[in-house]
Amino acid sequence: MSRLAKRFASLARDGRKALNTYIVAGDPVPEATVPAMHALVAGGADLIELGVPFSDPEAEGPTIQAGIERALAHGVTLGDVMDMVSAFRRDDRDTPVVLMGYLNPFLRMGYEDFCTQAVAADVDGVIVVNLPPEEAGTFQEALRSRHMDLVLLVAPTTTAERAAYIAGQGSGFLYYVSYKGVTGARHADAADVAKRLTGIRAVAGGLPVLVGFGIKDGASAAAIAPHADGVVVGSALVDTMGSTPVAGIGNRLKAQVRDIRDALD
Amino acid sequence: MSRSNRVPYEAPTDDGRFGDYGGRFVAETLIHALDELTRLYASVSRDSAFQAALARELKDYVGRPTPLYRADRLTEHAGGARIYLKREDLNHTGAHKINNTVGQAMLASRMGKTRLIAETGAGQHGVATATVAARLGLECRVYMGSEDIARQSINVYRMKLLGAEVAPVNAGSRTLKDAMNEAMRDWVTNVDNTHYIIGSVAGPHPYPMLVRDFQAVIGNEAKEQCLAAEGRLPDLLVACVGGGSNAMGLFYPFVDDDGVDIVGVEAGGEGLGTGRHAAPLNAGTPGVLHGSRTYLMDDESGQIAETHSISAGLDYPGVGPEHAFWKDLGRARYASVTDDEALAAFRVLNQTEGIMPALESSHAVAWTLREAARRPREDIILVNLSGRGDKDIHTVAAIDGIEV
Ligand SMILES: Cc1ncc(COP(=O)(O)O)c(C=O)c1O
Repeated sequence: MSRLAKRFASLARDGRKALNTYIVAGDPVPEATVPAMHALVAGGADLIELGVPFSDPEAEGPTIQAGIERALAHGVTLGDVMDMVSAFRRDDRDTPVVLMGYLNPFLRMGYEDFCTQAVAADVDGVIVVNLPPEEAGTFQEALRSRHMDLVLLVAPTTTAERAAYIAGQGSGFLYYVSYKGVTGARHADAADVAKRLTGIRAVAGGLPVLVGFGIKDGASAAAIAPHADGVVVGSALVDTMGSTPVAGIGNRLKAQVRDIRDALD
Repeated sequence: MSRSNRVPYEAPTDDGRFGDYGGRFVAETLIHALDELTRLYASVSRDSAFQAALARELKDYVGRPTPLYRADRLTEHAGGARIYLKREDLNHTGAHKINNTVGQAMLASRMGKTRLIAETGAGQHGVATATVAARLGLECRVYMGSEDIARQSINVYRMKLLGAEVAPVNAGSRTLKDAMNEAMRDWVTNVDNTHYIIGSVAGPHPYPMLVRDFQAVIGNEAKEQCLAAEGRLPDLLVACVGGGSNAMGLFYPFVDDDGVDIVGVEAGGEGLGTGRHAAPLNAGTPGVLHGSRTYLMDDESGQIAETHSISAGLDYPGVGPEHAFWKDLGRARYASVTDDEALAAFRVLNQTEGIMPALESSHAVAWTLREAARRPREDIILVNLSGRGDKDIHTVAAIDGIEV
């Protein structure tokens, strides 16, 4: 069983919602990332989504763009990101880590090379914002043959028929984008999300559905969570990474995640 | 292979592929809008009323057909093959860009969209979008890198006079690629009421196809005009390549005419060896940016490189996927000229023909001057003069040390 499947099975057993936390690898400095990942887990995160810096992040709002720029100022590459996951794994064998980014760095490394290194680093899967399932074939095969997951996204504009197709193509979990727009732009509207999620969960074939975009704190997480298998928090954490002196990041992240965890449970 | 038994060129496939290039590498939120646009475009392609209305627009509003002009003094200056200029600079608003914006605005109206957005580098596409928005009474927002706002200030003011909002983009290299990122972000947010008019044969499917088709009026006219003037097709077509729309517009109708050589000219900036250029087909590798797989300028870790060109309209690290396909097929060759060569050609065309070309188009003229000298007098070279150079007067004057 994959690390993601194991984690979702144990959450289901306990009747708890998944808390998935996103930070940008290398933000604000490369040394901050591994301690920050441990702080997320200490605060109660069930999954970590590690952002792979890319020069042209066309679906990100200003907060995550700024986090990516801070990382790129240190020349953080996809190879570096996997080294960070390896280092994290020395002390944490259980928390699933999914890399989230844009296709070009993966393409440039080569899917085979990436998969080899990702397996060695114990990466559990990838989310590629600009890779819809129609374009994913080769990468998906490479990932699947190494038992890594390709997590796919469903948007408010996705038709019901297409949502079923996407659910059939993806693995790990299904990522529902709560609103039309870039990351960090708005609050997720619980009523909208609830309306859409009933249909999506019906076609998800047992794949857990997590909701991301616009979930910033305990209140917004608690409003969305009843309709889903879990939530994703990103911009709010990246904001903390950018506005906190490096030495203080761990404690602040842990407290921030703890608040959201408490609201969920 | 003789032409009679050759399979006619047909691309893209239904899923938007030009060989290994093109496709639809976008966030899921946009897929529905792209599907809708693809379906609508397929239906209007077969709709004779739509095609007739478009032809009327191009004639009465844009001022087409544009002349095919035999440039005798330029020919004499080069000293070789006969040079013809396809005068896209004489279109309303001063460049080929409006051929596409008129067509896409008609599509936007059919979809009931009330708002147009665009990215722009040189400002010509922004002006052309603001123009059709004004004419149709649609709201308009144009994204432009702050570096380009500084060097194309005349076009910025023109857009404002036309009632458009110009949104400065301060991210990255503050040029065309960053403007395109920001336009994509706007579109993801406002996709219900907004149509994104991409200004070149770039972006996700169906844009490379539909922009090519709207620009193909250039090549269709040029072919007829050349046959009328010379009784035969040209030996060589030349156009500058930024995203590649003026080039593809000229080239595409000649794709099955095997006797016609095709050359696209990229921005060599300070020289390909310096790394300061915008020539992905000459010096790039295949990758994915802005919705399609194509040649790109990126570093070994896949970050998109900063580009340089004296010409804002060519200062872009990618290129339309069909050009990538044609490069690999060998149907076209892609050359480059430097900033200095383009500037020299800008001056030559002013002084031999009384025509002020855009700095973008000056790249095509510069390469043509080199090539014409190597070819016999009987050869015909047809150059796309994609736009006029008024917008570049400040740039050239600054180089001359003059304040205007
Ligand atoms: C006059 C002119 N020519 C050429 C270009 C480059 O675009 P494309 O390669 O799509 O024709 C531009 C773009 O701004 C332009 O203004």
